[in-house]
This record gives sequence, structure tokens and C-alpha cells, in this order.
Amino acid sequence: MAKELLKGNVAMAEAAVRAGCEAYFGYPITPQTELLEHMAARMPELGRAFVQAESEVAAINMVYGAACTGKRVMTTSSSPGVSLMMEGISYIAGTEVPMVLIDVMRGGPGLGNIAPAQGDYTQMVHGGGHGDYKTIVLAPASVQEAIDLTALAFDLADKYRAIVVVLADGSLGQMMEPAELPEMQPLKKQLPDWAITGEPGRDRRLLTSIYLQPEDEETTNIRLQRRWMEIEANEVRYQEYFLDDAEIVLVGFGTAGRVALSAIRHARAEGIKVGLFRPVSLSPFPAEALRLVARKAKAMLVVEMNAGQMLNDVRLVTQGACPVDFYGRMGGVVPLPDEILSEIMRLARFTPHDLNGHTRAAWLDRLEVVRGAK
Amino acid sequence: MVATDIQNAKLVYERPESLADVATHYCPGCTHGTAHRLVAEVLDEMGIREHSIGVASVGCSVFSYNYFDMDFVQAAHGRAPAMATGVKRVFPDRTVFTYQGDGDLASIGMAEIMHAAARGENITVIFINNAIYGMTGGQMAPTTLPGMKTTSSPRGRDVETQGYPIRMSEILATLDGVSYVVRRSLHNPAEIRKSKKAIRYAFETQQRGLGFSMVELLSSCPTNWGMTPLDSLTFIEDKMVPAFPLGDYKVIDAVKSMKWKEG
Repeated sequence: MAKELLKGNVAMAEAAVRAGCEAYFGYPITPQTELLEHMAARMPELGRAFVQAESEVAAINMVYGAACTGKRVMTTSSSPGVSLMMEGISYIAGTEVPMVLIDVMRGGPGLGNIAPAQGDYTQMVHGGGHGDYKTIVLAPASVQEAIDLTALAFDLADKYRAIVVVLADGSLGQMMEPAELPEMQPLKKQLPDWAITGEPGRDRRLLTSIYLQPEDEETTNIRLQRRWMEIEANEVRYQEYFLDDAEIVLVGFGTAGRVALSAIRHARAEGIKVGLFRPVSLSPFPAEALRLVARKAKAMLVVEMNAGQMLNDVRLVTQGACPVDFYGRMGGVVPLPDEILSEIMRLARFTPHDLNGHTRAAWLDRLEVVRGAK
Repeated sequence: MVATDIQNAKLVYERPESLADVATHYCPGCTHGTAHRLVAEVLDEMGIREHSIGVASVGCSVFSYNYFDMDFVQAAHGRAPAMATGVKRVFPDRTVFTYQGDGDLASIGMAEIMHAAARGENITVIFINNAIYGMTGGQMAPTTLPGMKTTSSPRGRDVETQGYPIRMSEILATLDGVSYVVRRSLHNPAEIRKSKKAIRYAFETQQRGLGFSMVELLSSCPTNWGMTPLDSLTFIEDKMVPAFPLGDYKVIDAVKSMKWKEG
């Protein structure tokens, strides 16, 4: 297929259709609405299920029901809507049925705004719903990658009976880029042996997340943990840019990683040895790879569109192998390459040996200066 | 001679195939067991047990999947109609039903039931109204009668501060997506027979693709009402029926004219 100019939201929707998504349930919310609208047009014309639910709570529970049939199923939303889905996500995780969720993140907390942000890192990567469960979280940085990861999400969901989240943001959802869509995949012919299908001539099946005996619930938890270790061993994904000789290493995902890369190209032109580590799977987190990078780096700068939600994970993983600094914008503000470039320049002039735990306080002080300059 | 008698005896009453051969956890005198049996008999008589998918709710009927012998999923509290929507949209040719109590359906799940009905989802809802939260130990429900004592309305439901009971069948009957909604009761054999007939109508409605169907069943909760089983049946007749009148709230013409062979 040839490249075409595609809007992120539409591209992800069509990628899901072509990956064999048989049921979609969603609720309108900006900045992901075109995704729902595309599914509203496409799914019925293909004879597949589409329901505009009365709320995100209902949407995720419709997904829950459809996921129990073993067919490929998806919902999409944006940050406040995803918060509402947390109940269903926990149930779906506890029932061990596969589903795909695309979260096109926006500014928060609260109603926030409809501008791009990355404030859902913690709620998606570290849970949000109750109980011990993990979701696979994939963070694209371009429309093409959003297409590819959406297709991958369905495969991973099926393989591990897992919830797979494509964590995009408003800019990825709204931007148009040349990208190539995959071929239409055939629909799943064989349903798994746990699927609720109402098929005559076999023993009845049950899918539930209630195990009244604590020992039984613990057995389920052990199974979830074991499966997660398998995912950690096999499904780590990341991208490295200019890291061969890098002294300063930027760490950023999605749009923040993409803006960081622009800044890095400018800095390289100035002769600064700086590179980028971009986690693609935020969960499982590319811990081992990042640890190796940290051992060779003089300093790291984590760049995010939040107050440093991934920063905590980077610190945990690198365990002081190098100083870890932070720069972020919040509330829907996207950092400009120039802002990140001046951060790189700062670290190039003065590479800290130790940040004394004041990383965030110092960042907020610098941020006030950046804001005051406008 | 006894053995000969048994050989010639005609079996007139047995466990429906749709009902699993296990003891239930329901309290003595609770009418959940009656409601389960009626649903099971109807599914047997229609020959659709193996094509059916049940959606269990949260409340005393949370374990209903242990008692019905067919594929089942377990919904989150109040979300059974949404989950049933998900199943039904993927498998339109299967019989999909929810079995929900009053707290589940009329309180936390109000949005889900209203919109499933408004969409005319081709599912069947069995709604057990016993005016109380059973599983959590007898708290006030959206259908608790004015003045009725519960553990969260210990001086009796005060309508000034705790509002009035919700009549779901009447509300749902206003929606164009609803094809069949009736209220019946389980407090005596005559009403039980009428209840079964209503359940048959509801499932026949779904089988014919006619849209949303619900049977509300007034039910007893001797344990949490603090009554003997017998007194609780009298309570249904004397107190609940006047507050929740029995009757057909919406039966579209296509449902009225349905015919089937009794078997």
C-alpha cells in the first residue's frame, strides 16, 4: 500500500479495522472523537459491531462483554474518559480477557483541556483500577508508529489475554502525516477455548473476576504475575537515537520524545554529544536497556508532558548510575524544541554529579523563568 | 408391588436441565430460587438452553452463574445491560439475558438499563425487586418503601431526606426501544404461574428479534426484612403490590400476537 496523508485518529481507527477488530464501543471525547466517528462509519458497513455508549463506564463494560466472546474488541477515549473506565479495566484484567484501548491523552487534572498531554502515564502504567494487574502500554511518536502499534496491540492482547493500551496524545491524534496502512486482515476464525459463545454440545463456560476464596483469588493473581513476567521477558520495545557516543541522554516517550529528538538534532549541529532513548513499551518498561545506557551516560534528562511521571521509573531503573534531571510541561503545553535545547546546553555546560533530590524544585524554578520570558 | 407402581408412574415434576444440580446459597424463604426455576423452565421449554448466554450481576444473585447450566459472564455492579450489549452485538443469534436485583439495576446501574432499553437492545432482563440490598446485609434500596426500616434507614425510609422508591417498569415503558415490560410477583402460586408466562413472553420477544424485554418480579427477603418466610410473602401482597402495581406496562402489538406451541 502506498503512503497517504492520514490524521492520527483516523489512522489508528482504520488500523484497528484492518487488524480485524470486530466490535467497537466508545463515547465522544475530544481530542479522540474522529476515531469514534471513523468507527461509526466503517464498522457497520463491514457488518461489525459499533455502539456509541451512554458513558465511558458503559463503553468499557460493553467491551468487557464482547471481549468475553474472544473476538477482537476495542474502545478509545481521552484522559477523563479513561479515568471513568478504570472499574471495567480492573474487571477485564481480573477476568483475563483481551482488549485494546487507545487513550488520546489531554491536559488535566480534572476536566482540564483538550490540548496534548502525557498525564495518564501513571494511571495506565501503574494501574489506576484496583488490585494487582498490569496492562501493556505502547507509546507511538508518529502517525505511522500509531498505526503499527495499534495492529500490534491486537496481536499482543490475544497472545497474552491482556489489556493493551496505545497511549497517544492530542497532537498525535490530530496531526496529519504521510503513513502507510496495512492490508486488511481476515477476521479471527477460531475462537479460544475459554470464549463465551453459547455454542451447543460442550460443557458450559464461565468468565468471572470473582473468587470468593482468598486462596483461589491468590491463584489467579499468581497466574497474572507469571504471565506478566513472560510479557516483561518478550515484549520490551524502545528506540535509540545518537546514543553511540552520547554523554547526555534524553529519555522521552511519544510526542515529548519526538520534540526532544528535534532539539537533539540542533544540539548535535552544535557539536554536543547528546542522544535519545525513547521507550515504546512504557509497560513493560525497557529497564535493562535503559540501565545499560545510564552506565555510559554522564547525565540523563527526562522530558515529559507531565510533572515527571516516568521520571520516577527512570530513577528506579538507573539506581543512581548517573544523575537524572527533568524537564516537563504540564496542563496541555507542548515543550518547544528550543526549550529542550537550552536544557541540553545547560547540562553540556554543567553536568551535575548529584542532583540532591531537588530535581523537581529546580525544574519548577526554571519553568517559571521560561514562562516569564514569554 | 411398590416397584411396579414406580415403573408405571408418570414423571410430572423434575429439575429443569437449565438449572444446575447444586444447592443454592439463598436464604430459606427467599424467592430467588423460584425466579431461577421459572427462567430455567422457560429456557428448557423453548429448547434454547445451549444457545443462551447469561449475564450475572452483583448482589445476592452474583452466583446465579453457579445455578444456571449454560455459558455465563459476571458483570460489574450495575453494568450487566452494558455487558449484555457487548455479548449480544457480537453474537446476535444467541439468547442473552441479565438477572439483576434492585440495587444493581435501579441505583448504580440506572444509566446502563435506561440506555440498553432506549437502544432497544434485543436482550431480556429479569429484574428482582425485593426493596432492599440483600448481599450487603439489608441497606436501603432505590425501591425501599417509604417508612420501611433498613440498616441504612434505621428509623424507616424518610422521604424528606431519602426520597421515594423508583418504579422501573413504569419508567422503562415510556421508552420507544422497549417492546415488553411487565411487573409480576412471586408471593403465591397464581402469581408465580403468571410470572412464568411473562418470562416466556420476554424470551419469545428476544427470539423473534423484537427488541428489549424485561420482567420485574416482586420478591421476598425474609432475612433482611426480619420476617418469617410466610410473613414476607404477606408483606409482598399487602405492602409491595400496592406500591408496585402488577401489570403489563408495555406490550407492543407484535408481542401481543406472538404464538407458540406449549410443550
